[in-house]
Amino acid sequence: MNYFPEEVLEHVFDFITSHKDRNAVSLVCKTWYQVERESRYGVFIGNCYAINPERLIARFPRVRSLTLKGKPHFADFNLVPHDWGAFVDPWIKALVKGCPDLEELRLKRMVVSDDSLELLSRSFVNFKSLVLVSCDGFSTDGLAAIAANCRYLRELDLQENDVDDRRGHWISCFPETCTSLVSLNFACLKGEISLPALERLVARNPNLRSLRLNHTVPFETLKKILTQASKLVDLGTGCFVHHPKSESYHKLKNAMSKCKSVRSLSGFLDVAPRCLPAVYPICANLTSLNLSYAPGINGNELIKLIRHCKNLRRLWTLDYIGDKGLGVVAATCKELEELRVFPSDPFGPGNAAVTEEGLVAISAGCRKLHSLLYFCQQMTNAGLITVAKNCPNFIRFRLCILDPKKPDPVTMQPLDEGFGAIVQSCKRLRRLSISGMLSDQVFLYIGMYAEQLEMLSIAFAGDSDKGLLYVLNGCKKLRKLEIRDCPFGDMALLMDVDKYEGMRSLWMSSCELTLGGCKTLARKMPMLNVEIIDENSQRESALVDDRQRVEKMYLYRTLVGPRHDAPDFVSTL
Amino acid sequence: MGVVPGAGFSSGGSTSGGSSSTVSELEVVAEQDSNTGLSSVEVSSYPDEAELELGLGLSIGGGGSGCGLKVVGKQVPRILTANDLPSIVSRPLTASPSLTCSSSVGITNNNNNLFSGTKRTADSVTSPTGVSQVVGWPPIRAYRVNSLANQAKSLATGEPVLSINECKGNGVVHGAGDKADANPMQKGHHKSSLFVKVNMDGNGIGRKIDLNAQSNYESLALTLEEMFTIPTRATNILKSSGEVNGVVMKASTKSSKLSDGSSDYVLTYEDKEGDWMLVGDVPWGMFIGSVKRMRIVKTSEVNGLAQGFEE
Repeated sequence: MNYFPEEVLEHVFDFITSHKDRNAVSLVCKTWYQVERESRYGVFIGNCYAINPERLIARFPRVRSLTLKGKPHFADFNLVPHDWGAFVDPWIKALVKGCPDLEELRLKRMVVSDDSLELLSRSFVNFKSLVLVSCDGFSTDGLAAIAANCRYLRELDLQENDVDDRRGHWISCFPETCTSLVSLNFACLKGEISLPALERLVARNPNLRSLRLNHTVPFETLKKILTQASKLVDLGTGCFVHHPKSESYHKLKNAMSKCKSVRSLSGFLDVAPRCLPAVYPICANLTSLNLSYAPGINGNELIKLIRHCKNLRRLWTLDYIGDKGLGVVAATCKELEELRVFPSDPFGPGNAAVTEEGLVAISAGCRKLHSLLYFCQQMTNAGLITVAKNCPNFIRFRLCILDPKKPDPVTMQPLDEGFGAIVQSCKRLRRLSISGMLSDQVFLYIGMYAEQLEMLSIAFAGDSDKGLLYVLNGCKKLRKLEIRDCPFGDMALLMDVDKYEGMRSLWMSSCELTLGGCKTLARKMPMLNVEIIDENSQRESALVDDRQRVEKMYLYRTLVGPRHDAPDFVSTL
Repeated sequence: MGVVPGAGFSSGGSTSGGSSSTVSELEVVAEQDSNTGLSSVEVSSYPDEAELELGLGLSIGGGGSGCGLKVVGKQVPRILTANDLPSIVSRPLTASPSLTCSSSVGITNNNNNLFSGTKRTADSVTSPTGVSQVVGWPPIRAYRVNSLANQAKSLATGEPVLSINECKGNGVVHGAGDKADANPMQKGHHKSSLFVKVNMDGNGIGRKIDLNAQSNYESLALTLEEMFTIPTRATNILKSSGEVNGVVMKASTKSSKLSDGSSDYVLTYEDKEGDWMLVGDVPWGMFIGSVKRMRIVKTSEVNGLAQGFEE
């Protein structure tokens, strides 16, 4: 290939967009490595501590789009102390120096400060897209800076962030010259915004495709917006409360029915169910419906709405839908590919809102289903076996039985056989979360059959180290493993230490690891950061003895050694 | 289709993992015996029964659920709700369903009358509501949990769902372009009334109660107690409200209750779907959203619910 002009190579590489493929390309030979790195615009960093920004920029000098993920997944569930890390600030500072053409930044589970946002907004002339998912540390002041300074902003997408809402004028900070917006999502903000400013913003941004409002935006405003934003494809309503007999309601219904291009609907954060018929006209066009933040819609109303949605591919709902409602989904939504059922009362007494029945019905009716997140009161082996038979195409299968360690209520057996059936049947399974009463047997099955598995989440399961060993030995493609409250200890951890180099990360909390075991691992594997999170470090029960149990361990491979921003309660061994 | 050669699906459980039925049954039985000495469901073993003859109230599982549930004063709630009744859904480490039903219902070891029902396990952290309150479980993003909690609160403040003025109010303020200091939840919010009928077994005349004037199950219980408990007081209320009703709550009703000995009542309600449900299961806000009317029924007359008490 020596005579192959590099320009041609580069042109060919332009068609290769997936970062996995590009990574593969860069390994072919030195020339390809060089051409590839100089033409890579989009970089994905799954763990912000695996590499540092300077090295990133050195390797990819032309990077324009950066995706960064920070805290471990279990941080979503409050298992990681608040100031553990994942600060975006050093990244932004380095990018300002080395990468002035940055256009897109996507962050997940990172700590973002207002100063960072301000710096970002002032430093990157061509900045177009900011996506923040599950981040915290910033306020609406930071958003105001983005709005004011990013002249060519196309996308501001805030998903489930914890934002300090100072109820300022951030929406009003978009200048009159801002006409390039394609996507604006501020559903997670809690405070009010200037409604006239919002209306004007929508009016002057005719290319708006995606708009998700927060709960303070009232019905009236929604109506006005819909008449302006004719190209909307994705709509998140705010407050959906009005009197169904009023003129306003009829006007909204009219406006809504003209939104022929809307394919994705969400919101209903405050809702008067009697107003729901206003959306019926567009339901047949919907491919995605997210009602998981709409506790004001009860089961029957959900069912009525869903009957209109024959073309749904994605449905997120609360468990008010019930087994009965899931039966309706199964009968109506034959194109369904992704289903998420969230608990409406996660800490309350069992109400048996959804059970194995609902899931079995779905599996029988929705044969294209490949992604599932299902919170339920109970599950049976028989049910899972049926699901496995009906739907062999699962890529993501996450089942959470709300009561940990709950067995099959009919047979009182562990759910080993059920999950075993799932992994055996679903040969393309990449992500799995298991729950309920589970013995080592389920791990035997997982190790044996889940050949494509990349991410596994385990809680309150297993009997002995054997369980963990089955998984580590069997799942060759495993990248992320997170475990809590399982009886796995040093023996399993240390059996095959090289394995962790091929993985992104391992989290183990409330297991049987000892300090000594973790130290041994760290010694053997210098390219791993083995972090011990010890919230008692200031107190007498701090870890000093190798025999002491480690409450939380997080290890990850890295090219840059122990991090320098670790707080006191984190020690890297 | 066998998953593993030699291990069929249905028989898989007898290997390791220990919890073969027999063993855990014994565990549960042992626990029961040692805990409270209650042989089975004993409504009459509520400690303060003697004081309680005229008491009427809601008994709801204890503080873990955040619905402002606590028993006021010394009165043991006498109207039973979901948490007093045997759970049919098996709990962690309990074995067979039949055992669960017959295991002790109400009283835990303490004297504050919080009922935790059957939810005893050996080693899990169990809240009175019966679900293990473990950190980070169930695995739901904190943002989502907080969001739902806030929404439930706003439902509970009695925000009228169909108020025309509410959302318009928001718009007007912002039109002026100034900052809104008020909490958006309170803005434009006025409590409308939500009067529902309440009937009581053995009592021909019903009452109406404004649910939006209550803030939680506890205050509802108190209010209902006032309304239905003492005949003379009831008569006074009638008189003072200006309604002189030819048919007054009969004193005899009261005495018949007492003489029956089955002085226990259950508070139920009819929801939007027309089903009669036990009060106390769902968060207050949800209850408000779905209740159409209520009925205080005698425990003995309620099918299925009564069964648990007899085992």
